[in-house]
Amino acid sequence: MATKAEVLDFIRVYADKMAEHRQELTDFDQAIGDGDHGINMSRGFKAVIEKLPTVEDKNIDDILKAVGMTLVSTVGGASGPLYGTAFMKAGAAVKGKEELSDQDVILAFDEAVGGIQFRGKAVQGEKTILDSMIPAIDAIKASIAAGKSMTDALVDAEAAAWDGVEYTKTIIATKGRASYLGERSIGHQDPGATSMAYAFQAAKEVALKAGN
Amino acid sequence: MKKFINDVENVENEMLEGIVLAHPEYVSRVEGFDVLVRADKKVGKVALVSGGGSGHEPSHGGFVGKGMLDGAVAGSVFTSPTPDQVFEAIKAVDAGEGVLLVIKNYTGDIMNFEMAAELAEAEGIKVANVVTNDDVAVEDSLYTTGRRGVAGTVFVHKIAGAKAEAGASLEEVKAVAQKVIANVRTMGVALKPCTVPAAGKPGFELSEDEMELGIGIHGEPGTERKPIQTADEIVDYLMERILKDMDPKAGDEVAVMINGAGATPPMELYILNRRVSQILADIGVKVFKTFVGDYMTSIDMAGASITLLKLDAELKDLLLAQADTIGFKMY
Repeated sequence: MATKAEVLDFIRVYADKMAEHRQELTDFDQAIGDGDHGINMSRGFKAVIEKLPTVEDKNIDDILKAVGMTLVSTVGGASGPLYGTAFMKAGAAVKGKEELSDQDVILAFDEAVGGIQFRGKAVQGEKTILDSMIPAIDAIKASIAAGKSMTDALVDAEAAAWDGVEYTKTIIATKGRASYLGERSIGHQDPGATSMAYAFQAAKEVALKAGN
Repeated sequence: MKKFINDVENVENEMLEGIVLAHPEYVSRVEGFDVLVRADKKVGKVALVSGGGSGHEPSHGGFVGKGMLDGAVAGSVFTSPTPDQVFEAIKAVDAGEGVLLVIKNYTGDIMNFEMAAELAEAEGIKVANVVTNDDVAVEDSLYTTGRRGVAGTVFVHKIAGAKAEAGASLEEVKAVAQKVIANVRTMGVALKPCTVPAAGKPGFELSEDEMELGIGIHGEPGTERKPIQTADEIVDYLMERILKDMDPKAGDEVAVMINGAGATPPMELYILNRRVSQILADIGVKVFKTFVGDYMTSIDMAGASITLLKLDAELKDLLLAQADTIGFKMY
């Protein structure tokens, strides 16, 4: 379960993480991309934090959609459309909700990852955001199906996300700018998979704090 | 980092302000957006919009004007502009005949321009797009995003722009843009990396005696790093790959562009051009027109790219058609 307060807290904690890891994400991107992922993500989430007070009284779907729209119009690059579409699709999946059941949370994640796949025309194993996101969502589903709490499921999800980040070090990028490097992309972790892993870390921390 | 900068967060905005102040006869800015449009909006023609990250000046705002682009969208440095910005450009230049988006093949650019096209189509504006992919350094296979769009994009702006200026339909303008894309090939080399202002340090390291071959226009590492060679040897390397891919026959005619990456002086670009001309003469390919200068830069990178465009009668006519923009003039 997730309350609106927790959703808002998640957005704030994730925004803090993007600011905190700005240089790290940028350094990862300099190794295999164009070296701006941390700069762009922190700029976008700074705008999200500025926008949040104007929408925090609304339903969860409106909040998530506003976050998505803000990211699309402030992040730029590929990350803007991808993260923006993810939040907008997640919002559309939980229309009218003031509180999310575990199944709502799973549905929102499923719609978000579907949006990223549609926009990016990518599949798992191409050294992208999806390589941490899909294992993390699978972990949530498996843990909930096994009768665990959402908090425990998010602990598992974060671990799966970081495993996914590690996995990106072993594969060749076939999407995005890193694909131009071919085999030279091996050994480097994907910046997008990394920033996505921080989303699951943020979700876990918020759930632990709320003590559900 | 040593640059003429007031605030790294405001580089793009202050640059656009400076461009409009310098060239009000060519461009004006769509208020509140990072969009430059022709100072004299021409009605009754297909409009062309291009754009991309900033840092490629004079691309893309420098090619807004008669016979080339109608609008250019400037993103943050080396970062695609966002859909709302591109959408604003489309709305600003649409004159009822449709809008052609010229997109360079980068994942982010394609996503953002596609989202903008969806927004425009929802408002009833006819939009088509072409994706440039002239960089032969990148293997075009199932395993890559495909070739990058680099300096050859300027020829697309010139030729499709001339076609639109002559009153052709959206379909015709798109078709000629695709003809250029099918016949243009580029490869680049860097001697020194560039520094994105917000990053504050170079995007990669090159020692004093190294060069990066197959470099992209965003400071992204190239495909091969080698010890520096003579200008002629470097041209031989690049031309071998371009010609292998293009496979021109004796008697073919080409346009040549020797493009500077931002921190390479004209002197060196002309030395490169000398060898390009020799090689083409040796294989019987005729140089119809040569362009030497900074067209698609990478901020302060030292380096250059060589572009060849194979021409037919239509492309020759359109290449020589009148154009009057800040960065490209044809009388």
